[in-house]
Parts: sequence; structure tokens; C-alpha cells
Amino acid sequence: MSGSVLALVNVVGGAPDKASLEALALARRLATDTGATLEALIIADGATAGAAAAALAGVSATKAIVAEHPGLTTDHPDGWAAAIAQVVETRGPAAVVGAGTERGNELLARVAARLGLPMAANCLSVEASEDRYRLTRQRWAGSLLEDCWLDAPTKLLTVAPNTVAVGERDGSPAPAIEAVPVTLTDADLVVRVTGREAPERGRISLGDAKVVVGGGRGVGSGEGFADLEELAELLGAAVGGSRVVTSAGWRPHSDQIGQTGQRIAPSLYIACGISGAIQHVVGIKAAKHILAINTDPEAPIMNVADYAVIGDLHTVVPAISAEIRRRSSSA
Amino acid sequence: MNILVCVKRVPATGGRIVLTADGSEIDVRYLGFTVSPHEECAVEEAVRIVEAQGGASAVLTLGPAAAEEQLRDAMAIGVDRAILLETDGRDWDPIATADAIVESIRAEEAANGPFDLILFGNESADSGGFQVGIRVAHALGRPCVSGVKALQPGAGSVVARREAAGGGWESFEVPLPAVVAVKEGINLPRYPSVPGRLRARKKEIARSTPAWRSAGLEKIVLRLPQTEVTTAEVIGRGADAAPAVVDLLDRIGVLDR
Repeated sequence: MSGSVLALVNVVGGAPDKASLEALALARRLATDTGATLEALIIADGATAGAAAAALAGVSATKAIVAEHPGLTTDHPDGWAAAIAQVVETRGPAAVVGAGTERGNELLARVAARLGLPMAANCLSVEASEDRYRLTRQRWAGSLLEDCWLDAPTKLLTVAPNTVAVGERDGSPAPAIEAVPVTLTDADLVVRVTGREAPERGRISLGDAKVVVGGGRGVGSGEGFADLEELAELLGAAVGGSRVVTSAGWRPHSDQIGQTGQRIAPSLYIACGISGAIQHVVGIKAAKHILAINTDPEAPIMNVADYAVIGDLHTVVPAISAEIRRRSSSA
Repeated sequence: MNILVCVKRVPATGGRIVLTADGSEIDVRYLGFTVSPHEECAVEEAVRIVEAQGGASAVLTLGPAAAEEQLRDAMAIGVDRAILLETDGRDWDPIATADAIVESIRAEEAANGPFDLILFGNESADSGGFQVGIRVAHALGRPCVSGVKALQPGAGSVVARREAAGGGWESFEVPLPAVVAVKEGINLPRYPSVPGRLRARKKEIARSTPAWRSAGLEKIVLRLPQTEVTTAEVIGRGADAAPAVVDLLDRIGVLDR
């Protein structure tokens, strides 16, 4: 097989985001396996895309395609879908690989709908076999895996975040930018962001935090989170919770970690009073280290955690905060 | 406002998923069934909008005859009527699913007038394809917003709000009729009342049987991920564990801000 594999690259703060680099890594392997060239389609305006393309040196991408249209901004999910669909129609890549984030899945689904092609969301691996791909993808947010066939003239798939190593860079140069003009209709721009609210000031997002302090049923109440907030403040951490906690109204839903909330990948996750139901665990699997604080040494979280403290979180957590303070004042 | 909600019957898997011996399905012998959490919220949202603004709501599912249970559940909390696209229980690919739903919507709208709003869950709990609502919207030529956690329908348009990728919120105002895929957190779904359940038994279910077809994505086998079962190293008990915990934080390098 030959042709090209097109990776969709989302740009945050001028550089490709981590999920896009993971998608690129899988696309690169697929291109190597099938003797195809790797191209990147950068989802950003021309100026931003140029800088982002420079950041793609060493990934063996031969081209960075930039969609050119004056009306197209990142506020237009359907506009981007139309642009990508046009690029696919004119260039006929063997595959399009995007990030399996909320937005990445949405975007490729819109592209798939326009092209009338199947799409596989949240894949972990791809094996090209004759004209079709054998994929492994996530079901149940990753608590179950599915092997499946994807059969289409252009295969559309997204890569499940935190499942594919970004991989080593080689000596390949930054891809050459190729500006591709696209034609959009008014209908393509109907769906657009019409209002924005900035995040709360000083708040660290669950997705970006190096340390996350999570609370479960064991926290007991909304007020009970004060102990977790205090520790989080000392560590520069974000606070989250299990579904029990958001369903009970102890925390807003946006703080939920797990299948119907957010997936996180911090250096350390501190699970306080969390039993460890699979719906929660799928959201924390990518954490590098997990410390569980729980009264029950038999709780399922103990089979996921690396370290544990057995005890009531309302005793243990304040003691940890006090110890951190003690050391920083004596240092 | 005339609203349609699309839901999917899925097993309530609880703590651990068990597969059949051949890995073709989840072993559901000891499981109950429900709809995906996002869809429970979609149903609640439809009922709330009709309660507040008047109109009518309908719930649609593509699934086996037993999915009548999920349609009755939705009608028990206030949805007016139901549409069952009955299958033989096989998995349907997202394209085939969307096509069958579109065909049904076209027939419904021809007979009963247009749906102002069609609600989906953002993704199904089981297969998690993230696409059926988007495909239906595209086929019908209607705007679609996904990932929605707040909805304000007005005259002729709807404002849909969702969490922005980098934190904060973003909103979309799109003209009606529109398709919206919602997420858990948009509301807290109510439990059905006993009178609600009794009323639901008498409500109408329109049935049809679309033909299964293959559309490019085909399941081979299911398997459980190889999860490393660790045994946590107990580093202490109670408040006395604090120094050991802070040593650990230091060792893994998260103490320096």
C-alpha cells in the first residue's frame, strides 16, 4: 500500500497538543507499516499553523497542510469539518487520524458524516490488512476493548488519549507548509462559538494539574472537601471527585473524574475515600502514581493504587497538610 | 416545542464487566439494563423543556424488543410517546444506526410535523462511537452542537453551552430545528413516580423493524484490557502516616511548586 496518512493536529498555545502528538505517533507507525507518507493537517489559522508546523520537526511528516479561508476560525467546528472533508476529497489519503478527545472525536465525526464514511473513535492500535484495518478500540471508556474491522476507501479514526506513546523524534526536518484553499458555504459556518466565559481565575484544570486530589463517598459532604482543598492548595493541585460526589451535589459536575466526566493523567492522583469503581478507575488509569487514602484496606482502589494509607481521610489529609507546612516553615 | 430524544439500551455493568465465553458479547445473564448516563440527562432535559414551554416529547430507540423497558422508563418521567426501531439484538454500526433513525424521523415529521429539537447523549456508554447524533444532524441538514451541559431554547433558536477545551465555557446559538448531544451534568435526572410508571404503561409505542446492514465498521471480538492488578504498598495508618506521605511526595517530585 502507499498513498498518505493524514494526521489532524490541534494547536493549543501555538504548539500541537499532547493528544495530537499521540495521534501523530500512531499515524506515523501506520504510515511506516504501509509505506505511506505522513502528512499533518494543522487546525489553526495560517500564522499559528506556521509556528505549529515548526514544532513538528522530527516526526517524519513530509507536509503540513494549512486550510486557507478568511472566515474560518477555531470557533467553527462545522467549518473545519468542511475544510478537512475537502482536503480528503481532493487528496484521497488512505487514512485520517485525529485525537480521541471530546473535540477530536466531534470533529472527525463531522468529517465522517460529510463524506459518508465510517469512523472508529478511540483506537489504541491499528494493523493494516489488505484493504482494511484491524483496529483495537475502547468501549465503555476503556474498561472494555473491541477488535474490529474498518473498511472504507479512506479510513477515519481517532486515537484514545494516553494510550499511545508519543515516541522519539528523529532527525527529520519540520514539514513543508502547503496552503490549501478551501471553499465554505454560509451553512458551514452556522455552528459557531457565540460566547465565551473564561475559567475561574487561579483555578488549575483537572486536565493540566500535575497533582489531583480526588474525593469519593468517604468525604461525606460538600463541606468535607475543605480538607482536600487545603491539601490541594499546598500542592498546587486540582480537586476532583467520583460520580457519587457530583450526583450528590457536593461538587459541580465539571469536577467529575471518570467515564462520564474527565480522564486525567497527572503525576500523582490522591484518591480520598474513593472505593475504586471501574467507572472512576477508567478516568485515573493514566496517572503516573496513585495514593489511596481509605478506611477499607480491601477496597478495589487498593488494586489500582501504588501506595495506600489506611485511615479516615478527615484525619489523614489534615495531618499531611500540617506536615507539609511544618517542613516548609523549618526549611 | 416539539422534542425527540434518542436513547440506547445498555447493560448496567456495575463494578466489573464479564464477557461470554466466546468474547462476542458482555455476559448479561445477571445484569439489569438502563440507558447511557448522558441519555438519562437528555430525557430529563426534554421533559423539563416541555414542562416549562409546552409542546410534546417523544423518545426513540433502535434496539431489541426488550428496549421497550427503556422507552417506558422515559415515558414514566414524562415523555409523551415512544418509537421503537426493533432489531434482532445484533450490534448496529453507527452509519446504519444513524440511517435508520433518519428514516424514522423523516416519516414521523411527515406525519406529525417537525421536531424543533432532537436530543442525543454525547456518546453511548457501551460502544462510545461519538457520532450518531452528528450523522443524523448532517443527514437532516440541521445544525448540531455536542458536549452540551446547558441548554436554553428560545423562539427560533437555542443557546447551547459546553465546557471549553482549555477550561471555562463556550456557547453556541444555533437556529431551530437543531440537534444537540448532551452530557451528564446538564441536569440531575428525576426518578419516576409510581403514578408516572402507571401512566407510562398506557402510552403509545410506534414500532417498525428496519433491516440490519453492514456499513464499514464491524466488531470482531471483545476483550478485557490487561490491567495490572497492583497491591498498594501500605505506607502508614491514620495521622501517623503523614511524614511517610510527605516523604513520598518529595520522592516523586510533586512537593516543589
